[in-house]
Amino acid sequence: MRRIAVLSLCACASLWAQSRSIAFTGARVIPIAGPEIPSGVVVVQNGRILAVGPVGSTPIPNDAQKVDTTGKVIMPGLVDSHSHIGGPEGGDSSAPLQPEARVLDSVNVRAASIRKAQAGGITTSNVMSGSGHLLSGQTLYLKLRDGNTIDDLLIHNDDGSIAGGIKMANGTNSRRATGPFPGTRAKSAALARELFIKAIEYRDKIKQAGSDASKMPARDLRLEALLDVLDGKRTVQFHSHRQDDLMTALRLAKEFNFKIVLHHATDGWMVADEIAKAGAPCSVIVIDSPGGKIETKDLKFETAMVLDKAGVLVGFHTDDPITDSRLFIRSAAIAVRAGMPREKALQAMTINNAKILSLDKHVGSLEPGKDADLVVFSGDPLSVYTHVLETWVEGKKVFDRSKPEDRLYAVGGRGASHDDGEFNWEEEEGN
Amino acid sequence: MRFGFALLAAVVLPALSLAQVAVRGETVYTMAGAPIPNGVVLIRDGKIERVGPASQVAIPANYRTLSAKVVTPGLVDAHTVVGLSGYLNIPQDQDQVERSAPMQPELRAIDGYNAQEPLIEWVRGFGVTTMHTGHGPGILMSGQTMVVKTTGKTVDDAVIKPLAMVAMTLGNGARESGGKSPGTRSKAAAMLRGELIKAQEYNRKVEKAEKGKESARDLHLEILGRVVKGEVPLLVTVNRSSDILTAIRIGKEFNVRMVLDGAAEAYEVLDQIKASGYPVIVHPTMERSYGDEENLSFETASKLKAAGIPFALQSGFEGYVPKTRVILFEAALAAANGLSREDALRSITIDAAKIIGEDQRVGSLEAGKDGDIAMYDGDPFEYTSHCTGVVVNGQVASEAKR
Repeated sequence: MRRIAVLSLCACASLWAQSRSIAFTGARVIPIAGPEIPSGVVVVQNGRILAVGPVGSTPIPNDAQKVDTTGKVIMPGLVDSHSHIGGPEGGDSSAPLQPEARVLDSVNVRAASIRKAQAGGITTSNVMSGSGHLLSGQTLYLKLRDGNTIDDLLIHNDDGSIAGGIKMANGTNSRRATGPFPGTRAKSAALARELFIKAIEYRDKIKQAGSDASKMPARDLRLEALLDVLDGKRTVQFHSHRQDDLMTALRLAKEFNFKIVLHHATDGWMVADEIAKAGAPCSVIVIDSPGGKIETKDLKFETAMVLDKAGVLVGFHTDDPITDSRLFIRSAAIAVRAGMPREKALQAMTINNAKILSLDKHVGSLEPGKDADLVVFSGDPLSVYTHVLETWVEGKKVFDRSKPEDRLYAVGGRGASHDDGEFNWEEEEGN
Repeated sequence: MRFGFALLAAVVLPALSLAQVAVRGETVYTMAGAPIPNGVVLIRDGKIERVGPASQVAIPANYRTLSAKVVTPGLVDAHTVVGLSGYLNIPQDQDQVERSAPMQPELRAIDGYNAQEPLIEWVRGFGVTTMHTGHGPGILMSGQTMVVKTTGKTVDDAVIKPLAMVAMTLGNGARESGGKSPGTRSKAAAMLRGELIKAQEYNRKVEKAEKGKESARDLHLEILGRVVKGEVPLLVTVNRSSDILTAIRIGKEFNVRMVLDGAAEAYEVLDQIKASGYPVIVHPTMERSYGDEENLSFETASKLKAAGIPFALQSGFEGYVPKTRVILFEAALAAANGLSREDALRSITIDAAKIIGEDQRVGSLEAGKDGDIAMYDGDPFEYTSHCTGVVVNGQVASEAKR
């Protein structure tokens, strides 16, 4: 009931927002696309950024609603390249490779985890199925708008298709002692290769059929989902920790010529040059201590710094609930602690993740024409004492710390985790 | 054995064991008075000799001098499982919970501590010098805890108090499945009360026994007997507000000493906690909000402070990644959510030491206390600061920048 009321309010606000621009004035602006502006202006209209520049030399429309952000810091909305907010599901325990399973069919937009991500300044998120499968399903790139159904949060590609990737994994999470699941690394790779070979055959049959419907193969949901992967339209978001597993993932990507992003990349610091040479981006997680499972025993805070230095495109991710979406910016701060240049670490929270999700035309930096997604921080984004004050998606405020109902999600308390289900690491591990 | 090692060290390694250390800090947080600008801490034979401003404390020529922007007491983790719950997280290195029976207070922490576990070195690198560690949450009564320093090749080198508390859990965490008890909260409370009554009877029997007619020793009732005598506190991991009240109810019934641990919903029963007199070791600020902890808040520590309830922070127990949390980071986030920086630092130094009963020895920089020091190149709580050195018992344990 309350949710419906909020939505109708938003609908009014959106009509209004379209007719009138909003100007955020006086904040230190970190546009990512260029140097920091000590006292800046960001003007947005119709859900897009109209102008970004210094106070005084940046034109503000006469009728603009002015928001005084003096003393605050504005950044582009954060992009999380790997998250499990909204309780996404993929394949079940019937098979190790299930490309037909769509996260789209499982997300609960009312989950508190989505509200908490908004409270953390996250405006775009790659919501993924788990790593308990070699291929657990189709991931979903979402805009964290206030929505009533999943359709309200979707991003559409230029051809009208729904934006998302494919989740793959290797190493120990996706192996199990029982059933059709692989028991070794070599078997894991062989099963993945078999599927891709079938997908290529399927693609070739479709090509050969041309416009002759009688020669067209029967629809196969599993293989159909891989067609976009084979022609580079859908990126494989590949969970992998150990150095040899990272190389195996790159080997598969090369054999089948798919676009790959390595996720977690815990041992990435050991094989940074090899990853750079393969041209694969890395989506890195920052965890407070090594271990928790054997393949993360060599975890270091320096991983992102080393990969960046080697020339790898580096993004960060929450893997929420593994790390807390509300504290996502902490990933960049800890990486800076470990030697990553500040500017690079902030890129890894924004534009680099936008590139990892092929959404960099629309999000990841404050530039005219891009989506009006921004975060208002109370101070320097890399300070522990700083809070996210407001989060805006496409020119609409989706989080406001000064409102008690939003603040609950920012700090916790009774009801702050409703609808989030149970955190089950055994499920994550594929046990 | 310990004496033997100490003697050997004294004879063979005099330079190492007897090195005297001076630590200079642009700001020295002693936790026993106001911070000292441009301060000096002298450590002699492992103990703090003098603390004061550089203008008043001269550094003797034969002392090795370390310098840092910020100097604090070595951090005290009020509750962890590091050393028993190994970082690989495989059955072979998980010794924090034994599942063969729901209540096994006779299990000693010293018999499960791996002094060479890599996570000890990891947390020490951020300034932790003392840990209250041992059996973990996840079963009605898991076993004993102890207090160790974060150095030493063996548990004998590390331990400063072999028996600290008896660890237990109330709420969902204590629930067994498959027909095994306790299957409900009421059953857990009944089982606990029944066992404490047995311990009272055991104590009476021991007291009454005539010389030469003593009954056989019972390790299980022997330790519980000490609990009901008020000699050994119960460390009760309990998060739901209703379960917190159950813990207090049973604690008062048997007049035992108790420390409330976790306490995610403490903010709903502050008056009752305060009236109980029990201190709280609150969950890590960044704990995941699931199960009994679904209603946890970043602000619980600040609410306990405002209510005047003694509390400390902890790294706690993690079943997955991160395998341990780091109290420096947990306190930092509490400081960002309503707790003053000084109170946040107290919660991982002197206030933690008080709750684990070691404040005569650690937790502040005062003459006569252990030479345990952490050094930082800026505000210790800022993400982008580093711990630049750690001294334990007057020995430089780490100089890596972390």
